[in-house]
Amino acid sequence: MIPEVGYGALVVALVLAVLGAVTAAVGARTRRAALVESAQHAALVVAGILTACLALLIYAFLTFDFSVRYVAMNTNLGTPFYYRMTAVWGALEGSIMLWAWMLAIYTLIVMLRHRRNARELYPWVLTVMLGVLAFFLLVMTVPAPVFQRLTPAPADGRGLNPLLEDSGMITHPVALYLGFTGFTVPFAFALAALITGRVTDFWITATRRWTIAAWYFLSLGLLIGGWWSYHVLGWGGYWAWDPVENAAFMPWLTGTAFLHSVMIQERRRMLRLWNLALVILTFTLTLFGTFLTRSGVIASVHAFTQGSIGIFFLTFLSLVVLVALGLLAWRWETLGAQGELDSVVSRESAFLLNNVLLVAATFTVFFGTIFPLVSEALRGIKVSVGMPFFNQVNVPLFLGLIFLMGVGPLIAWRRASIDNLKRNFLWPAVVGIVGAAVVFALGVRSTLAVLSLALAAFVSATIAVDVARATRARVRVGEAIPRALGGLLLRHNRRYGGFIVHLGILVIALGVTGSQAWSVQTETTLRPGEHAELAGYRLRFDGLAASEESNHFKVTGTFTVDGGRAGGTVLQPAKKFYPQEQSPIAYVDYRLGLLEDLYVVLGDFARDGSQATIKLQVNRLVSWIWIGGLVLTLGAALAVAPERRKPA
Amino acid sequence: MKRRWRWLLPLAAVPVLALLAYGFVLDPRNIPSPLVGRPAAAFTLTAFDGTPLALDPLRGKVVVVNFWASWCNPACYDEAPVLERAWRTYRDRGVVVVGIDMQDTAEAAREFIRRFELTFPNAPDPGGKVAVEYGVYGVPETFFVDRAGTIRAKHVGAVTDEVIRGTLERLL
Repeated sequence: MIPEVGYGALVVALVLAVLGAVTAAVGARTRRAALVESAQHAALVVAGILTACLALLIYAFLTFDFSVRYVAMNTNLGTPFYYRMTAVWGALEGSIMLWAWMLAIYTLIVMLRHRRNARELYPWVLTVMLGVLAFFLLVMTVPAPVFQRLTPAPADGRGLNPLLEDSGMITHPVALYLGFTGFTVPFAFALAALITGRVTDFWITATRRWTIAAWYFLSLGLLIGGWWSYHVLGWGGYWAWDPVENAAFMPWLTGTAFLHSVMIQERRRMLRLWNLALVILTFTLTLFGTFLTRSGVIASVHAFTQGSIGIFFLTFLSLVVLVALGLLAWRWETLGAQGELDSVVSRESAFLLNNVLLVAATFTVFFGTIFPLVSEALRGIKVSVGMPFFNQVNVPLFLGLIFLMGVGPLIAWRRASIDNLKRNFLWPAVVGIVGAAVVFALGVRSTLAVLSLALAAFVSATIAVDVARATRARVRVGEAIPRALGGLLLRHNRRYGGFIVHLGILVIALGVTGSQAWSVQTETTLRPGEHAELAGYRLRFDGLAASEESNHFKVTGTFTVDGGRAGGTVLQPAKKFYPQEQSPIAYVDYRLGLLEDLYVVLGDFARDGSQATIKLQVNRLVSWIWIGGLVLTLGAALAVAPERRKPA
Repeated sequence: MKRRWRWLLPLAAVPVLALLAYGFVLDPRNIPSPLVGRPAAAFTLTAFDGTPLALDPLRGKVVVVNFWASWCNPACYDEAPVLERAWRTYRDRGVVVVGIDMQDTAEAAREFIRRFELTFPNAPDPGGKVAVEYGVYGVPETFFVDRAGTIRAKHVGAVTDEVIRGTLERLL
């Protein structure tokens, strides 16, 4: 029953979404509120159906209903409870379902929040949102049906991809998709602005908090993905410039650019065209990411299975790009800037440069990602560019961005005087230079590491200067320091939330720098009782043990840190053998620390337990990447809160 | 910018989209097997019915070596009847179909053979040694070995009647 009911409901939802989109558009053209009203009802029902379908799918997973093909493919009787939840969105069809559901919920929230305050744009926003939703419903009914009957129903399913059996996989896709789908809202407003010709600044102020929320979820999704890669994949890193990672990173880059450039438009009425283009680009890149990971056009270590779905996505992507850019061209005349750039030394130009760097980074990542395709088209050879390319090009860009992170928020609008520069940047520059000297004196010789730490010191100092100055101003009018600080954070939450996000990014940069510059590793084969030594750790191999788990067979190695640092710590990396997988899955064990992580991967071993090969790593400062994520969360939460202060 | 130039904006996206479309023409899985043209690795296994099953005694016949598993649904389920049909059609013309079951439980594999009433020889591959010899990446994969014992073709994914007929007619 479940496959038929679910499928039928999705077809109904598809029809309603299409009807709703068309009705809202007609309502907007003819200014008939009744039509817009009925489009709203359609959106409401679509959201209801999708929620019910998601519940139905979860139910099918929890009850092992193998008559649903998707359930049979992605779970088996041994799959533990939690991972049956991740299995819901662990493969192509279910992930599209989750996506569509989130989009439907976002559409509802847009309805609740903007039904009254965005009169002219609102019907078109509804059209765009429902149109995008209709596309995802089409995917769910034609090329990637999540509800499809499998006859005869097998007695047991195939099982979830073992790599996805991890708590990170419960949250990673959810966060990432909340980010991806979140950018649909500013995109819908941008298109509505272009269609109605009301390309003033309203669409930007209306979607400001949407953009921050989407950006935050995307950041969180990327960080959780990094954490998953670090502690599950077992290669000792958190980022590999894999096409799938790039696919999520590109909209983050353009989204970050957009987040900054809208401030210029709000304040100086500049960059109208640019902002529209950026939000179109960001949304397009989220679609491109989905296309890339699901079409099989570019092979990747964790690409989804393929099928005709790629053609659907490419067609929709083309439609979106051509329509959006077409609208942009059509409204070209009305998009002229009102403000002008007065001086190169100003906040406007700092923000502009930030945008240029971010877009340049996006372009290089894009180019590197599709390079195999370019190369095959032009020369007929499959070549891909590896991590060195991405690192070499992007590291300087990111260092530049960190520098601007210090300059942008403090430098004067329009034209910065020498006095202004001295007042804001003298001390931070001193701190940066002293920081560089200290780091150098401590024995750091890597230019990149020194530069990045010095820049981090500089930016932190700019933030400290600003906070100190603002607090002092409030203390002078009689407030106590804690109260003054609190008031600052709450009343200027957008600005100081932004600062905290910047601090979070700095902390992440510290982690990245440390892990790149100072991590060490060794690979060695041990007999029981023998030791491996690395960076002051002595690791003793105690032996191997085999065990039968609910859905796999596991060989565990036991290693004890013998005396010295972290003495007594027992690490038990393992290899897991799943019947449905060709090769064993590594299970990493590690001891996390603020300064360094001890990280052990079990490699080959003799079946009789007489020897085992391990990869031993000491990864420095990696924990700061995750801590930075927490700081970032704090800042984003503050920035997204409703503003207490009326904008000046 | 002049009025009419602005329409170049959407057009600029066309080459990129075309490039992506070009990607569909390519098949990233289509990595030519280095084994094609090489002698097929010998194996000696014990079939599910207890009889020995080895490649060497089959020299002089065209051998279709198919790697499968009972958990490989739907691809292996789709191709099982196809293989059985091919076996029945071509066995008199000197063709042997050999099924090698990998990473499976004997119980589930026997159930699979029963369900599809397979009559061609099938054997488990303990430890997956044969699969490694043949560089099997996933199931199902099918190798076509000619009378001289050389691998002449490899098919990834479920085989169809057309694939089998086309390849066998070429080798017979």
